[in-house]
Amino acid sequence: MSTNTTEAGRVESQAVSRGVSLVPLLREYGIVFGGILLAIALTIASPQFLTGTNLSNLLDQWSPAAIMAAALTLVLIGGGFDLSAGSVFALAGVVAAKLAGDGAAVAILAGVLCGMLVGAINGMLVTVGRINTFIATLSTGFIVGGLALAITNGLLISVENPTFLKLGQETFLGLTWGVYLMVVVLVLSGLLLHRTVLGRRIFAVGGNPEAAKLSGVPVEAVRFFSFTLMGTVAGLAGVLQTSRVAFGEASAGGLNLLFNVFAIVIVGGTSMSGGEGAMWRTAVGIAILAMIGNAFVLLNLSAVYQQVFFGVIILAAVAIDAWGRVRT
Amino acid sequence: MSQMTTERSPSSNGAATDVIVELASVSKHFGGVHALEEVSVRVERGTVHALVGENGAGKSTLGNIISGVYAPDAGKMLVNGAEVRYRTPREAARDGIVPVAQEIKLVPQRSVIENVFLGVESSKAGFYDRRELRRRYEELCRQTGIAMPAGTAVGELGIGAQQQVELLRALAREPKLLILDEPTAALTRKEVESLFQIVNRLRDEGTTIIYVSHFLDEILEISDNITVLRDGRLVRHSKAAEETPASLIEGMVGRELGLAFPARKPVEASAPVVLSARGLASQKIKDLDVEIRAGEILGVAGLMGAGRTSLARLLFGVTPLKSGTIELDGRELKLRSPRDAIKNGIALVPESRKEQGLVMPRSVRENLALVHGAEAAHGGFIDAGAEKEKVAGLMDRLDVRGRAGDAVWKLSGGNQQKVALAKWLWTSTRLLIVDEPARGIDIGAKQAMYRLIATLADEGSAVLMISSDIEELTGLSDRVIVLRQGALSGEFDSANFEEQAIVAASFGESPTYSKE
Repeated sequence: MSTNTTEAGRVESQAVSRGVSLVPLLREYGIVFGGILLAIALTIASPQFLTGTNLSNLLDQWSPAAIMAAALTLVLIGGGFDLSAGSVFALAGVVAAKLAGDGAAVAILAGVLCGMLVGAINGMLVTVGRINTFIATLSTGFIVGGLALAITNGLLISVENPTFLKLGQETFLGLTWGVYLMVVVLVLSGLLLHRTVLGRRIFAVGGNPEAAKLSGVPVEAVRFFSFTLMGTVAGLAGVLQTSRVAFGEASAGGLNLLFNVFAIVIVGGTSMSGGEGAMWRTAVGIAILAMIGNAFVLLNLSAVYQQVFFGVIILAAVAIDAWGRVRT
Repeated sequence: MSQMTTERSPSSNGAATDVIVELASVSKHFGGVHALEEVSVRVERGTVHALVGENGAGKSTLGNIISGVYAPDAGKMLVNGAEVRYRTPREAARDGIVPVAQEIKLVPQRSVIENVFLGVESSKAGFYDRRELRRRYEELCRQTGIAMPAGTAVGELGIGAQQQVELLRALAREPKLLILDEPTAALTRKEVESLFQIVNRLRDEGTTIIYVSHFLDEILEISDNITVLRDGRLVRHSKAAEETPASLIEGMVGRELGLAFPARKPVEASAPVVLSARGLASQKIKDLDVEIRAGEILGVAGLMGAGRTSLARLLFGVTPLKSGTIELDGRELKLRSPRDAIKNGIALVPESRKEQGLVMPRSVRENLALVHGAEAAHGGFIDAGAEKEKVAGLMDRLDVRGRAGDAVWKLSGGNQQKVALAKWLWTSTRLLIVDEPARGIDIGAKQAMYRLIATLADEGSAVLMISSDIEELTGLSDRVIVLRQGALSGEFDSANFEEQAIVAASFGESPTYSKE
């Protein structure tokens, strides 16, 4: 092949990419524009929106879900799925509440380890056991939720250890430690996903497990890791929640939380079919859902319709994504 | 094999030929590849019409156009003298055109009778009419002479019986034209004979049959007319009585225009043996020895299902060995996964770049770095600068047209294939296995692939190249082995490459046959 044709090919491909204007940009960053528009609209509609108190409350309120969403992003990109995360969240919270009297560190560690253990079991079921992801995590979700109920007897376990309560209640520069924890988890997960070899492998396993395997990627180990991470992080979020509200209860989390966490990731634009997505998308998803929830409160709208609205938003996000995905 | 007597119906001797399907200058492209180019065929009513050609010659594409799976890009199709444009197989079925697919497409959990009448059930007011279905089923069995218990779940039947269910299913649609695509590939000789009896009976009752097969003896035995295809083009039409296996093979083998192969250095006699595999056996491979020297390209010929890809998967640790040994540079390898193979310097460019070779939604950069990218990382973190440089080098070496950040699916097929190969060049490989390295890509990309494969061999790697393209095999290889049904059926040195003898060996014909 002569250099001439090579040059021609390069020039052509550049010309093509320049020719297409706004559409790919919108497709890639549309969700960001959506978020900004929403923020502007809320600022205009309600004077309370853009106040330090409101925003710091909002962040604090969404921090447990956001932490879980960071891990779920990894799981979904890796082609996985986790229905047990809500129950893991509840179990970890209950365990932490039960042990809070024995010291803050013990309580936190026990809650997080609980989550890690369930995550590892999920990972084993899916990889070694070759059980369908949906069924495996549905089952462990029931089991773990039941255990949380057994520990509490259906009652609230209140927590009085002041050191333990600092995590969710003490503020630093106007923000609770939970908010900082959320930022740290998001940043670390983002680095893991986008800057490490392991992150690359998660994308490859989700995008094409067969090709990943034939490229020497330890596919099962990567899957195991993502489930274990999900469990660990859900445990951490559960501990944080117990510290925020000063009690543990088996019905914490539940379906509502799980749905919110999925909604965050999907609205952000991470693909349910694996191999595509990004951590910044999840961060944007958190902002959007938090703002919508906030709007219902600030504008005095009936909270009944909030869920309806969430559903519509998810469908819209997925529809836009599907429209952008029409490949020739 | 002609001990089986078949009575030919006299229909093909009639004065005015009655044509059921006619294709006029039909073309079909997939991406930049011509699957069919200006092919014209007339299929006479009440005959068995065979389509013959190598892998990729366009036989199945032709069958798929007639049965409405694909619409032709150009050309006309006439059924019973009227022009048709089928958009779906359903429309073709309305004209009585029914295909029996190469792969079995039955619902294994359901019974034979449910599968046979799936989609054409008899019903009364929406309710399944068991009595009527039973009657129709017995009628079908009587017609064909197939005796099959109606209530057995299809999944419990053997392959031969499943194929018969597939046939009954097609017949339940009362076809005027039946398309059989490789119907005998999985059958025993006895099952083939009973299939032929059914085919003969159907023909005698006036059904037309299009018969696609790799088995030349069978074709000569069963068909009235034959169409020979090569590289998507028509070679000739003829009467089966005028052909022999040798004449068919001669027709199937030909040269693609404009293709040049890189000059090769001859392998020195003193070159060390890199791969030495002895007594390889698995489900599909029977006691096979393979040896490749440094700098040698070993071509592997054979039909689809002959065990070529299974051989690649054995050597790459994808499927475990049942018995046998694999030595690389004199060391015995125990391969439990592709990971083990890669650690030992073995690389595989698989058959399907889309399904096995590449992660389509990810970027060129990520795909290139997938195998050895960890080497451009510190403590697990990717060194973006080092990676960028390495990726640019690889893209340059193979002349990959596209940007490193683009998702691979945006690239053309040829450029995708270059990426699938380039990812192995991050470090040096001892044994490179390429499975159909140039299938479905344009000539420019083909030549880039060939040049690179040749260069790698010249640099001292051993190369195992599986291909269905006979020119590619003879043009690039130092030696060619032919597989048939998992065993060696021929071996040729570059000194005595005879394209027709190689093809003959893959069809199971005696490799000693000579051309006049």
